[in-house]
Amino acid sequence: MLQGLVLLLAFQFIGEILSNFLGLPIPGNVIGMALLLVSLISGVIKEEMIRETADFLLSHMALFFVPAGVGVMLYFDLIQREWLPIVLGTVFSTFAVMAVTGWTENLLDKNKETSND
Amino acid sequence: MTEILHTPLFGITLTLLAYRLAEILYRKTGFILFNPVALSIVAIIILLKICDIPYNDYARGGDIILFLLGPSVVALALPLYQRRKEILNRKLPILLGIFAGAMTSIITAAGTAWLLGGSHKVVLSLVPKSVTTPIAIGIVEKIGGIAPLTAALVVLTGCLGAICGPEFCRLIGIRTPAALGLAVGTASHGIGTARVLGENRFAGAVSGLAIGLNGLATSIIVPLLWLLFA
Repeated sequence: MLQGLVLLLAFQFIGEILSNFLGLPIPGNVIGMALLLVSLISGVIKEEMIRETADFLLSHMALFFVPAGVGVMLYFDLIQREWLPIVLGTVFSTFAVMAVTGWTENLLDKNKETSND
Repeated sequence: MTEILHTPLFGITLTLLAYRLAEILYRKTGFILFNPVALSIVAIIILLKICDIPYNDYARGGDIILFLLGPSVVALALPLYQRRKEILNRKLPILLGIFAGAMTSIITAAGTAWLLGGSHKVVLSLVPKSVTTPIAIGIVEKIGGIAPLTAALVVLTGCLGAICGPEFCRLIGIRTPAALGLAVGTASHGIGTARVLGENRFAGAVSGLAIGLNGLATSIIVPLLWLLFA
């Protein structure tokens, strides 16, 4: 568990450094994810080294967003001022994106379905 | 007594307690509006408002929980690695789906707000609402929207996808794990991904991939559209 956490944080750390120094628009954790994926594929990092920690974090990922959501309370005034365009724009657009993305994938994907788990 | 409110213990305990209770309630009832993330956010905000506790007191502990989001995003590499063959088999549908979704998001979010009479700054703030927070902030600062508003809208978009994304997708015929994961991940980034991951591992892997790639696509498309129209 601890080894996994050390590795995940190290990859995030490297990602943050790259993001900062190269002035990339991509956040460090997303770069860290890409680097870890490359390391897993190339065999530098073995799946067993991170599996336990990664599965723990992923199964509770929703929880980690809660404080970010509570932060919305700071901007109630801002949202209230033009709530109609803000709320309808957000809601309509979110459903439109799901429809267009999902239909596009469905239309182009000729694979047989994958194993479910 | 009130000193406890100034320690991280308060925010951490409150968050975990609210989330755990919401999770139990959601499992018992199966009612989609009781989505654990959305429900615990609402419950905590109401509690803080009623007890008149400043957000900053909550954030001392909240920020520690929020910190774990970083390594969790890195951890999304694991399902991607485990399902890499199935993902590579459908790389074109995935890439084009994300591109189409990114375009749709920018145009429909800004377009709807503009049609409904939103001010210039508000319309711009909606542009990156489907993108993960750090990327969304970077984009909105470049085009001149209101960064805190965008941050709040990113969370609202995420909650919307987590509350009813999979249900909406199934309703309109998006049922395969690949298409459903891609749709929810592209529309509502990490919060949507967290929900999808709990239902189907492969859908979660695709959804996680969509967080990064939609962020990339949107941060490339927006400046190009900006050059065209501004």
